[in-house]
Amino acid sequence: MEIVLALAIGIMGGSGVYLLLRPRTFQVIIGLSLLAYAVNLFIFSMGRLNLGRAPVIVPSFGSNPAFYADPLPQALVLTAIVIGFATTALFLVVLLASRGLTGTDHVDGREPEQE
Amino acid sequence: MSGWLQHLPILPVVLPLFAGAAMLLFGETQRRARTILALTATLAQLVVAVTLLGMSGGLISAPWSGEVGAYALGGWAAPFGIVLVVDRLSAIMLTLGVTLGLATLVYSLARWERAGTHFLPLSQFLLMGISGAFLTGDLFNLFVFFEVLLAASYGLVLHGSGATRVRAGLHYIVVNLVASLLFLIAAALIYGVTGTLNMAELALRIPLLVGDERALVDAAAALLGVVFLVKAGAWPLNFWLVAAYGAAAAPVAGVFAILTKVGVYALMRFETLLGDAAPAPFGGEWMFYCGLATIATGTLGMLAAQQLDRLAGCTVIVSSGTLLTAFGFDGYALTGPGLFYLVSSVLASGAFFMVIEMAERGRAIAADLLAVSFEAFGLQDPQDPRQIESVVGFPIPAAMAFLGLAFILCGVLLTGLPPLSGFVGKFTLLVAAIAFEPGAGSNAPQPWLFVAALLLSGFAGVVALSRIGVRIFWGTERSVPQLQWTEAVPVTALLLLCVALAGGAGPAMTYFNATARYLEGRGYVEAVLPAMTVTEGFAR
Repeated sequence: MEIVLALAIGIMGGSGVYLLLRPRTFQVIIGLSLLAYAVNLFIFSMGRLNLGRAPVIVPSFGSNPAFYADPLPQALVLTAIVIGFATTALFLVVLLASRGLTGTDHVDGREPEQE
Repeated sequence: MSGWLQHLPILPVVLPLFAGAAMLLFGETQRRARTILALTATLAQLVVAVTLLGMSGGLISAPWSGEVGAYALGGWAAPFGIVLVVDRLSAIMLTLGVTLGLATLVYSLARWERAGTHFLPLSQFLLMGISGAFLTGDLFNLFVFFEVLLAASYGLVLHGSGATRVRAGLHYIVVNLVASLLFLIAAALIYGVTGTLNMAELALRIPLLVGDERALVDAAAALLGVVFLVKAGAWPLNFWLVAAYGAAAAPVAGVFAILTKVGVYALMRFETLLGDAAPAPFGGEWMFYCGLATIATGTLGMLAAQQLDRLAGCTVIVSSGTLLTAFGFDGYALTGPGLFYLVSSVLASGAFFMVIEMAERGRAIAADLLAVSFEAFGLQDPQDPRQIESVVGFPIPAAMAFLGLAFILCGVLLTGLPPLSGFVGKFTLLVAAIAFEPGAGSNAPQPWLFVAALLLSGFAGVVALSRIGVRIFWGTERSVPQLQWTEAVPVTALLLLCVALAGGAGPAMTYFNATARYLEGRGYVEAVLPAMTVTEGFAR
């Protein structure tokens, strides 16, 4: 299970960084989203991977921590998702404004010199 | 009464939150109500901040014992709940941020507030983020407040619209979004290894780590350091700064002068909390050489700058670099003078951004930029002589004389010439650096490098400022700009504060040196986790 999760984080992170370094604003925003997914999975994995354990207290299990998943990374990842969603939406607006004002989707607001 | 006073630390976060939210209910048309609300809320924050400053300095009797106040949110004790911590350092930064916020708010009322929508609520949310970042004692909460202040700053940097702002804003947003993602990775790694996010508990746990765990925390700390250095505008992570600050509207750029210091504050907080066990980016040598490179780029930028707004951005970089270098010295000898320099340079650069906007107003390039934003929002250009009556307030007499004087004072403050507070700050830094005994290592911070960098950057600043000042104030093809009292008063107030800081250098320096002594001790950890420090028998 660890290797699957690590591969998923790695592939998404790598693709995200690649797209982030591309010159078009749309590629940048997709890159940012992919990076955010990778980071969210990473935060989640910091609570250790385990199966079939609840993060909330179940009366029949009592207070033994071995029966539970760590709830804190799950709370953190929720916050991170919300904030990431909001900032991506805001970036989308700026991206469209930039496209409208400069007439190009290049991140520098102008097309590079043609060879 | 004392029951209420203990809730004082939460007010700098709650006040702007409610004020900003309430303003949204009023709508754009009820400008008067919004303005009154914004002014009242910011004034109240200033009162709270000054009270906290007095309390943590022992000048006003505090509802908590000792010099550090830990406020447990919702009554959940640390390390399980989130705490807000008021100590001398956070109180100084808080007061500085709110002061600058109030000055730029008053300034914006004259014109800039009307150049776009929702300026006042956004500036309140920005203040909320800044205050929260200074007060919080929890790593993830620090991330949240960073996001609050960044989200507000994204809106503010685009305030007034126009192609230049959108282009610079786009870069600013991408850089900060990536930095936020790095922050998340770092926070998650630190939590994964230590099992806590409370900054005081981290200070207890990190020195105990060994082997692989220590290596992981070091990697996380490196990422965290990168995030804070991006915020602080340190080389090579500062290429976004000049464009973004230069393109932003004047009151926005003015309040942004404190944003780089949020990064410096965070670096300093972690460095002092972790002490000798501080991982690489928070340790002395890295910060010292990074700071030197930052001073160098800022200085070269100042000399190369053709426009005033770029020059002002470069002075912000130089002041960030100076602070990083000063805090990079081992021990706490330069911390007190560094804090003095920080306060003086933030006030001066805040005033400088506003002065240059007023001075550029009579010139063609700035007028073009303004015209675009005023046109976009269907407003009349306030400079149009036919519209003079409709401008709120009264134009002040002798505008050029006022601007010239303000420009010279800002220049004197920023370059550290006598007799104002910039000089006191730099002079005490130099004295402390010369008295400093360099460590044994071959790449330990060298005082002479610092002295040379400080003097050279000051000299380059004088050259650059006087060159551009001559072109602007003695140029022939220009009209006298129209200024209003509401624009002149905040600039004057900020400059007078600097004069007062120079006049009261003795008491101020006593406070800052006491802050340095406090940072050296374990007061922070003991106040936040009184039980844990005793049980673990932690001794430094």
